[in-house]
Amino acid sequence: MLTVDIKKKLSDFTLNISFTAPNKTIVLFGPSGCGKTTILRCIAGLLKPDEGSIVSNDTVFYSSTKTIHLPPKKRNVSYMFQDFALFPHMNVKHNIWYGVKTPSQEANELYEKLITLLKIEHLPHRSISQLSGGEKQRVAMARALMAEPQILLLDEPLSALDAQSRYELQDELKRLQEIWNIPFVLVTHSPEEAQAIGSEVLFLHQGQQVSEPPPSWNMNANGKPTRSSFQYFY
Amino acid sequence: MVEWQPVILSIKVASISVLFVFFLGVLSANVMRSTDIPGKAALESLFTLPLVLPPVVIGFLLLILVGKQGPVGILLTKYFDMQIIFTQSAAVLAGTVVSFPLMYQSTKAAFEGIDKTLEDAARTLGASEWRVFWTVTMPLSWPGLVSGLVLSFARTLGEFGATIMIAGNIPGKTQTIPLAIYFATESNDLITAGMYVIIISVITFSIIFGLNHWKGKNITLH
Repeated sequence: MLTVDIKKKLSDFTLNISFTAPNKTIVLFGPSGCGKTTILRCIAGLLKPDEGSIVSNDTVFYSSTKTIHLPPKKRNVSYMFQDFALFPHMNVKHNIWYGVKTPSQEANELYEKLITLLKIEHLPHRSISQLSGGEKQRVAMARALMAEPQILLLDEPLSALDAQSRYELQDELKRLQEIWNIPFVLVTHSPEEAQAIGSEVLFLHQGQQVSEPPPSWNMNANGKPTRSSFQYFY
Repeated sequence: MVEWQPVILSIKVASISVLFVFFLGVLSANVMRSTDIPGKAALESLFTLPLVLPPVVIGFLLLILVGKQGPVGILLTKYFDMQIIFTQSAAVLAGTVVSFPLMYQSTKAAFEGIDKTLEDAARTLGASEWRVFWTVTMPLSWPGLVSGLVLSFARTLGEFGATIMIAGNIPGKTQTIPLAIYFATESNDLITAGMYVIIISVITFSIIFGLNHWKGKNITLH
């Protein structure tokens, strides 16, 4: 369970967000520049909020009142960047193993499980430059999960992919979340992605959560927004 | 008559200088990019100063600093019973100071050229700053660092002004190729001077050519 309640002054507006992420996929949805990535960076410890708190289970990542700001390496939060940020000077296997602190039998088993689940058994010795967009996404996902995170942050994870890969990987993301059973916090400005992947969708506008969808937003039977709901942002 | 001692000494001085320059350049560039210290702009200018000041001025300042009566010179004599003026160490010091800005600038540019997201990715995967530096920053900066090293080596090889001020021209002890060329020319021994010119040109050309070849013949040093 992740609890975020932070404020941070940005150049055009003040980010002010409060939400709780259970062990599900939470989607932060909003137009470009509304502060979505800033939220992820604050959770990961790459940015420091101005005030508030970020707590994961019993671990306080950040608290302005207790003056706590844990560095990223102590948070155990994996972050899948928009362009995947795979290390170009390492092969696929070295990338995936980067976050493993001590190699062990368990780590080996996890590695085998991940490359099988993500269908990348044939890639370990390939260099990153030889991978397609979809393969990079799978390797980045394997690397993120190999670190055995408490939370997985995903910044526009499917935006760099073609339509076919996007469709396939949406399902895989959902499946992986169910297996790992940790909070996945996913950022997107794509209505289809938000709809397809999110267990819950938080709508962001200029750094604020829009808690009550305007009447113009159409919700489907599951309480999720339909495509027309998202026209509000455009 | 060409003596090989100046050639050997030049290569020795340049090699040792490059070791110092490598550590100092990488350390300074890393500190400067990762901290926000007051007076950073002034420090940045200070680091570049040896590149724009005449080498003889650098030599003069070093002489004041490490000479027998200089603050560093006094300390070295008092605590280590040593003096570096007119020794090969002085030639190394001169070479290190004049070539430092080249290494610093190359390293700084190489560090700035790295995609910061890669370093952030390493941090979120649990890496300490030390590990991020050695496993991501340094390997990705390597081409820029090698350029800096090669330029520094070549610059030290050709160093004259600062070297003659603090290391002097003691044949067989502190005489490097540029000094040998100057004094051979002054003695009207143009054949010896010419031979040294050919030797230093061949060495310098070879390392720059080697570097360009290593970089896939795509990058030319300016």
